[in-house]
Amino acid sequence: MSNPILSHQFDSGLVLIAEPMQWLESAAFTWLLPAGAMHDPTDLLGLSNFTCEMVQRGCGTRSSRQFVEDLERLGVTKSASVSISHTSYAAAMPAKQLKAALNIYADLIRRPHLPVDQLEEGRLVCYQELRALEDDLAQKVMQTVRRQQYAAPFGRNIQGQKSSIDRITSDDIQQHYQARYCPNQTILGVAGKIDWESLKEEVGNLFADWEPAELPSIDEGDCDASYVHLPEQSTQTHIGLSYPSVPYADPDYFQARGAVGVLSDGMSSRLFTEVREKRGLCYTVYASCHTLRDRGSIMAYAGTTTDRAQETLDVMSAELVRLSQGIFPQELQRLKARVKSALIMHQESSTARSGAIAADWYYLNHVRSIEEISAIIDQLTCESINSYLETHPPHDLKVTTLGEHALEVPLAIS
Amino acid sequence: MQFRNHTLPNGLQIVAECNESAYSTAIGYFVRAGARDETDELSGVSHFLEHMAFKGTSHRSAAEVNQQLDEIGSHSNASTSEEQTIYYAAMLPEYQETAVEILSDMMRPALRQEDFVTEKQVILEEIAKYDDQPPFGAHDKAMAQHFGDHPLGRCVLGSVESVSALTAEQMGSYFQQRYSPGNMVLSAAGNVDFDALVQTAERMCGDWPSFEVTRETPTAKPRAGSLQICKETATQQYLVQIANGPAAQDDDRYAARLLATIFGDDSGSRLYWELIETGIAEYAGFDCYEFLGTGIFMTYLCSAPQDADQILKTVRKMKQKLQEDGISDEELALAKSKICAHVVLSSERPMRRFYAVGANWLQRGEYRSVREVVEAYQAVTSDEICNVLKKYPLTQETTVAIGPLKKLDMADKP
Repeated sequence: MSNPILSHQFDSGLVLIAEPMQWLESAAFTWLLPAGAMHDPTDLLGLSNFTCEMVQRGCGTRSSRQFVEDLERLGVTKSASVSISHTSYAAAMPAKQLKAALNIYADLIRRPHLPVDQLEEGRLVCYQELRALEDDLAQKVMQTVRRQQYAAPFGRNIQGQKSSIDRITSDDIQQHYQARYCPNQTILGVAGKIDWESLKEEVGNLFADWEPAELPSIDEGDCDASYVHLPEQSTQTHIGLSYPSVPYADPDYFQARGAVGVLSDGMSSRLFTEVREKRGLCYTVYASCHTLRDRGSIMAYAGTTTDRAQETLDVMSAELVRLSQGIFPQELQRLKARVKSALIMHQESSTARSGAIAADWYYLNHVRSIEEISAIIDQLTCESINSYLETHPPHDLKVTTLGEHALEVPLAIS
Repeated sequence: MQFRNHTLPNGLQIVAECNESAYSTAIGYFVRAGARDETDELSGVSHFLEHMAFKGTSHRSAAEVNQQLDEIGSHSNASTSEEQTIYYAAMLPEYQETAVEILSDMMRPALRQEDFVTEKQVILEEIAKYDDQPPFGAHDKAMAQHFGDHPLGRCVLGSVESVSALTAEQMGSYFQQRYSPGNMVLSAAGNVDFDALVQTAERMCGDWPSFEVTRETPTAKPRAGSLQICKETATQQYLVQIANGPAAQDDDRYAARLLATIFGDDSGSRLYWELIETGIAEYAGFDCYEFLGTGIFMTYLCSAPQDADQILKTVRKMKQKLQEDGISDEELALAKSKICAHVVLSSERPMRRFYAVGANWLQRGEYRSVREVVEAYQAVTSDEICNVLKKYPLTQETTVAIGPLKKLDMADKP
């Protein structure tokens, strides 16, 4: 069921990864540029996000309107986002338009106008994102937990702060673009109905004159406190939990992923069963593996009305403790079935695969094919996961609550 | 790609778009039961019943339903709207029979009192969740304001009061009025074995008693008006506007969707260039929704409170201009290529096709292939769009505002 993963590194350092999926009519690509929020200077938080906004305001011979309209004419669906580690530009299209779309994106990445006369409009867009966050209580909680879990700058908000956005000048954006939109450490993932040789040639031609840049290392700071309560007159109390785990690149990652799957994948998972199905404590509850390149964590969330918040937190904590005592064969069997069908369904989406292969390369310098992941999943056993859990019990719990009252928090869990 | 359909003697309709080269299969039941079929006393019962279908049958406990859906690795869920309730699962083709068995069994839920009491708490948490989440109920309030006493003015979730007062007996009797096989469609797409699907359905559903189901479809008498709700804890101001639009059976629904794309798509539309790219609003969108017997155009705006007045005036002017001058040929061509590419690309996933095929059959009793849908969009002329504007003037509409503002100038003047 698997396809060969093809890769090529150009002299500039740019890595091209591709997964041909000849049964599809679509193609998709994902650019990962080493311009994430962790690269923002401490006095200019939100700079990567602001730069991403400005990069899309005209490039090459096109105004921002022409850029959007030319892509629409080709039937291209596009997106752009900033994560802690990267700025990402992604697009999906009918396969026959791949070459034309790559040409337009070569202008976007290499020749953006970064128009000074639109700086204030771009700044307003950044303010809107910050204000939107204030109304998104669940996201606010999870952002706070990330700052508790990861030392600065790895837990940062992507959007920065009002005061830092105020300070950013056109020169800052120009410099950030010059410093970080470079071929070394940039990954282009392409998937769908593609021809590898002509793709490689096209990308080589389009980016032949792209010069590598020196990327400075990152200084690590501190984490926020273990328990943070954000007072808010909200209907629900929003609870975020986190504890350290292994990153995606760790040989034990899939043991941790298997354990979290038992906790949260599917409607028969433990959190769904114990918190929602048996006790009716919430509508939304989940836990997931969160990964950076060199560190990872387990993140969990639940939203519940105020008078049941303490019970919800207690049940979630008890489930974390119970997980460390081991999982059962039926639970693992259900998890394997879910993960494997999800993998096969990925074969129906060039967008999903282009993003996944680019991310794999970043984490591993290698791409795990669907076949390879499938083999890893097959090898998981209750014994292997339980022995992992024994040596990696939940510890150093970080908790954020947002709502009317603070809660009694079991920080000493394990 | 082959379309097949069959009706069981008791009236259950089975439709499928079979594609033997697909990796997955998606199946689902569409039931003509939604908020519009409820009374004041029963407000929220369709959605609550959807939850109860997962709480067990005479053959399965709640835990068994969840475990068995997970065992086959299915990705399953359900949703309820004003018009319909949908239960679905996507899985690998070899699990088609098991998935149809479980979903069919769920269509005869046990409605046990103990499960009813627990699940009621989950529904109340779901209501609380949306109470904390933008746009803070503006959508439901705008529908209620626009439709008044018409059934489409009802809220899908119901209220804390109506849901709290509901009894399992009331739900049972509602079930007896709506879940007749003749009022349901079993839809499938992807790698479907149609003959086996019909056989399983005959075995599982053949003895479901058939009874007459009616649905009130009074003519909507929308009332243009305005409502302002002050929510001091919100950061942004949210505005929802509703005008009349084509109904589900109207041929001009394709023209309406193209019009909505030109005016209010989230990228490259008139609202986008005027309000989003400039950073004036956080969000500005315009879309159409079709129901049995009537339809709506909905505008959704979100911004900093101090800008809401001006944005409302700007949008009014833009609608007036659209109403008077119509659209350009270039705008129409772009919207066509955008929508058609989206229709074609999304059809690569059986999950999308089972929905399109089932919803189309339930609402209109017809099948349309991807090619036919694309042709219908391609055939729309700018005159037809002008006719939609004449028939459904955008300048007559309901406006609901929620946010920190105590007073907003919502008078109907540009």
